[in-house]
Amino acid sequence: MFQIFLSGCLFFLLLSILAALYRVVKGPSMPDRVMALDNIGVNLLAGIAILSIFLRTYAFFDIILLIGILSFVGTIAFARFLERGVVIERNRIH
Amino acid sequence: MNGIGYIEWIVGGLVLIGVVFSFLSAVGLIRFPDVYTRAHAVSKSANLGVLCILLGTFLYFLIEDGYFSIRLLLGIFFVFLTSPVVAHLLNRAAYRSGVAMAEDSVRDDLKEYLERDERV
Repeated sequence: MFQIFLSGCLFFLLLSILAALYRVVKGPSMPDRVMALDNIGVNLLAGIAILSIFLRTYAFFDIILLIGILSFVGTIAFARFLERGVVIERNRIH
Repeated sequence: MNGIGYIEWIVGGLVLIGVVFSFLSAVGLIRFPDVYTRAHAVSKSANLGVLCILLGTFLYFLIEDGYFSIRLLLGIFFVFLTSPVVAHLLNRAAYRSGVAMAEDSVRDDLKEYLERDERV
């Protein structure tokens, strides 16, 4: 019973990932797409958490932390690129 | 696992709250008119839903197996700390690169402020 409930939750998370994917494809501006990709990363993290309850294993907790950090770093890099045109600025010392 | 214990009720409730919040934020991501309102929908409710789901996972392994996962707790803390930063930076990048607001929005305080800042 609990397993069926968790499968239903995973299905609704899949639906929300598909909605974000629609926004990635259609989104009129670039920050829209980046935001939807960040939302996909966050939903993926939740899906992995539900899957680790489903399978009763501890092995995926590293993956949860790793996806959180990678999604954060990637989104920050994209935001800097959209705002200034470069990700890492060169600071020349005279 | 034939019956449903109280652990499953608690964890199932938390997971259900999280999934409902996440799904509603996805609906907002489709239906809202411009970038800023969509960021409003995504950055708050999706991350609250994820925090609820991660808290449910943490409680499940804590009660069921007695396993205190410091990695999961660190993940909860990290998601809680970084999601507003991401939303703030993306909105700032969108405004600075000139993404238009929706047509029926009525005021734009930051525009006056930036113009006054450039004039000085």
